[in-house]
Amino acid sequence: MSSLVLFDVPGPKAKRRQLIGTVVGGVLVLALLAVILWRLNGNGQLDPARWAILFDPAAGVPQAFGSALLLTLRIAAVAMVTSTVLGLLLAVGRLSDHRWLRIPVTTVIEFFRAIPLLVVIFALYFVLPGFGVSLSAFAALVGGLTLYNMAVLAEIFRAGILSVDKGQREAAYALGMRKTQVMTLVLLPQAIRRMLPVLIAQLVVLLKDTSLGFIIGVFELLRQARSLVEFFNSRFGDIYTFQLYVGAAVIYIVINIALSQVAKLVEKRTRSSAKAAGAAPPSLATSTIGTGVQRGAEPSF
Amino acid sequence: MQFFLDNIDLFRDAFLNTLGLTFFAGVLALVLGTVLAGMRVSPIAPLRGLATTYVEIFRNTPLTVVFFFVIFGLPQIDTVLPFFAGAVVAVGTYTAAFVAEAIRSGINSVAPGQAEAARALGLTFSQTLTTVVLPQAFRTVVPPLGSVLIAMAKNTSIAAGFSISEVSSLLARLTNADPNDLLFILLGVVLAYMVITVPAAIALNRIEHRVAILR
Amino acid sequence: MRLPSRPARYAAAVAAFGVVLAGCSSEAGQQAEEQADNTVAVETDVDFEAGTTMAELAEAGTMTVGVKFDQPGFGLLNPSGDPEGFDVQIATIIAANLGIAPEDIEFVESVSANREPFIQNGTVDIVVATYTINDARKQIVDFAGPYYVAGQDIMVAAGNPEGIEGPDDLAGKNVCSVEGSTPAQNIRDNYPEATLTLFDVYSKCADALNNGQVDAVTTDNVILTGLVASNPDGFELVGNPFTEEPYGIGLSLGDTQFRTFINETLEASFEDGSWAQAWDSTAGAITGEDAPEPPTIDDY
Repeated sequence: MSSLVLFDVPGPKAKRRQLIGTVVGGVLVLALLAVILWRLNGNGQLDPARWAILFDPAAGVPQAFGSALLLTLRIAAVAMVTSTVLGLLLAVGRLSDHRWLRIPVTTVIEFFRAIPLLVVIFALYFVLPGFGVSLSAFAALVGGLTLYNMAVLAEIFRAGILSVDKGQREAAYALGMRKTQVMTLVLLPQAIRRMLPVLIAQLVVLLKDTSLGFIIGVFELLRQARSLVEFFNSRFGDIYTFQLYVGAAVIYIVINIALSQVAKLVEKRTRSSAKAAGAAPPSLATSTIGTGVQRGAEPSF
Repeated sequence: MQFFLDNIDLFRDAFLNTLGLTFFAGVLALVLGTVLAGMRVSPIAPLRGLATTYVEIFRNTPLTVVFFFVIFGLPQIDTVLPFFAGAVVAVGTYTAAFVAEAIRSGINSVAPGQAEAARALGLTFSQTLTTVVLPQAFRTVVPPLGSVLIAMAKNTSIAAGFSISEVSSLLARLTNADPNDLLFILLGVVLAYMVITVPAAIALNRIEHRVAILR
Repeated sequence: MRLPSRPARYAAAVAAFGVVLAGCSSEAGQQAEEQADNTVAVETDVDFEAGTTMAELAEAGTMTVGVKFDQPGFGLLNPSGDPEGFDVQIATIIAANLGIAPEDIEFVESVSANREPFIQNGTVDIVVATYTINDARKQIVDFAGPYYVAGQDIMVAAGNPEGIEGPDDLAGKNVCSVEGSTPAQNIRDNYPEATLTLFDVYSKCADALNNGQVDAVTTDNVILTGLVASNPDGFELVGNPFTEEPYGIGLSLGDTQFRTFINETLEASFEDGSWAQAWDSTAGAITGEDAPEPPTIDDY
């Protein structure tokens, strides 16, 4: 429902009221911004010399952020692939007709959904060595991200599979397909397509979650920012702290917004192609996707 | 077992901190998130812009970074919050972005005819929203909202790095005191979270079945 | 973690030697001074009894050392990804006596919680990471040294507005330290009247003190002097250490030959001035203090 439905096309009086609202609202927003900037300036945080450090190769900051960003993306990429594959397998396992498979798979999914990712990463890095398995920090972070996100993705895929119209499954069985064929040839392709936007939204969450590597010393973006702060603090005092964290935050936001835009694009394309193919009644498709986007994506970090 | 009994006080206090943080941050997130969702569908452009910017920024920033700005950034604009309040604000403002998105997609899922009918009856924008659209939207958003809040309960673990003695902070604290009991510490922490998240998930499932509406 | 070898490190190293690009520059960039002359003469002619750890390391030509990455003056990562500090220099001196050049040492970050596991699992050969020798730890690992003796002290806002002269004055005050650290436990056990605020790193404590969110910060004096040096107008050290923290070099339990070798190496460095030089170029450069008297090796 577009927001246009919520209010009338304004008449002259309403138009004036809205104009006043717009002006007042705009002034309020600008005033808020002005107060923040004014106070930041009062504390010397807007001094251009302080911000120059972010772009100064001589200080080593752009290079350090660059390599940290690469590491962050590498961790995220590996974890995205492993958790998607495992998530798919778990989703299928949870829908299995066999109890011996369904029950353990369900337990695994529910367990990892119930505990914080931070705790999983900590356990992999600090507790596992006690059992003779010692992981590098990189492996522990990727492992933690995988275990947590595979559980979340499994639920997303399961919701996707269940949302495929019953007729599809019945038709496939009627054609004489076996269970595996129905799942892999009929249900999964439609489920994945339908869940793509949610899937990508969850990948944004995963990318942000790489920042948890800081507790085990992985030099991803956030840990790098902290390390730079510590280094420059020891020489110049804390004049760059605010700037370096803003720098890191902006990098995260830009990367994640780019990923979210991909999600929107995909959502648009799936919608229009679903309509064109007539695979599902449009109303059903939109309502599933519309509510689904938030359903699976758990804001971990 | 002896180990647990020795540290039962620590676990209880930490658990209460996690619970308190979850509760207050949850309230803040729900209130702020609903207001933001309302702003995003309102006719006043600057409010729409502000809400959209807010959601995009908070949704795409790691919670740890949000924490940094609340605890150490706010003093730069001469606002110093007590640590617990700071943690509530960090978790609450962060989660509000997700709440707003969940509610907005709920609003979008209400059949347009409902709003049209409300308007035809002469209801104003805010009346339409509060008496017709939102009550229906809330039913659709129960499942996503529930997952958002459960995720938030787990996210309170980040506060450990920012001076709140909640459950996860016991990992760092007890590990150094008794390296040999590491496994038990971990089990205790995992259990403490499951006591919150598992019943919440089960309750959510029940509510979901009860309020689910077929459209 | 293992540091990836990155092209960026090379670029930054070049930049660090004073190549300031025109157009965009910052105070930090302009002051990116040349590295202090930390070169240690590497032994070329080394010969150890076969089967000892020394022989193995000398043969391999590399060693892995656990250091802190976030402790100004002792072990702190610079923007090009290399750790620098007193601990790093001590490790370099030991490596040099094994015939291992500084560039062949692999530095791994070891935080407080993983120092013992790292040694037990053989992830690192030695740990030089502001690592206090105590009896509980001696059950799990062996210690060479000490190579420095620190003490727990208190840092307050400049002018000491709360009038804190020692740990007894912390009663009713909000004092900051790091969760899981020995200084925090000490306050908890012996000065329960103080209110503890616990972060995960000391830099956050410094920020909190600066913002007036806490009244004092407590940990080893060497860490505090580093923080004071970063903000001399804002902080001051009480200068009344109330514990003794001998920093040792951790190695695997029972490797007595290796421990004796490191102890002898340390003693030699006390004698020939390389220990004092290591101090002057790192921790001493930050605090401006001269090298103290070297401690007595504890050959237990």
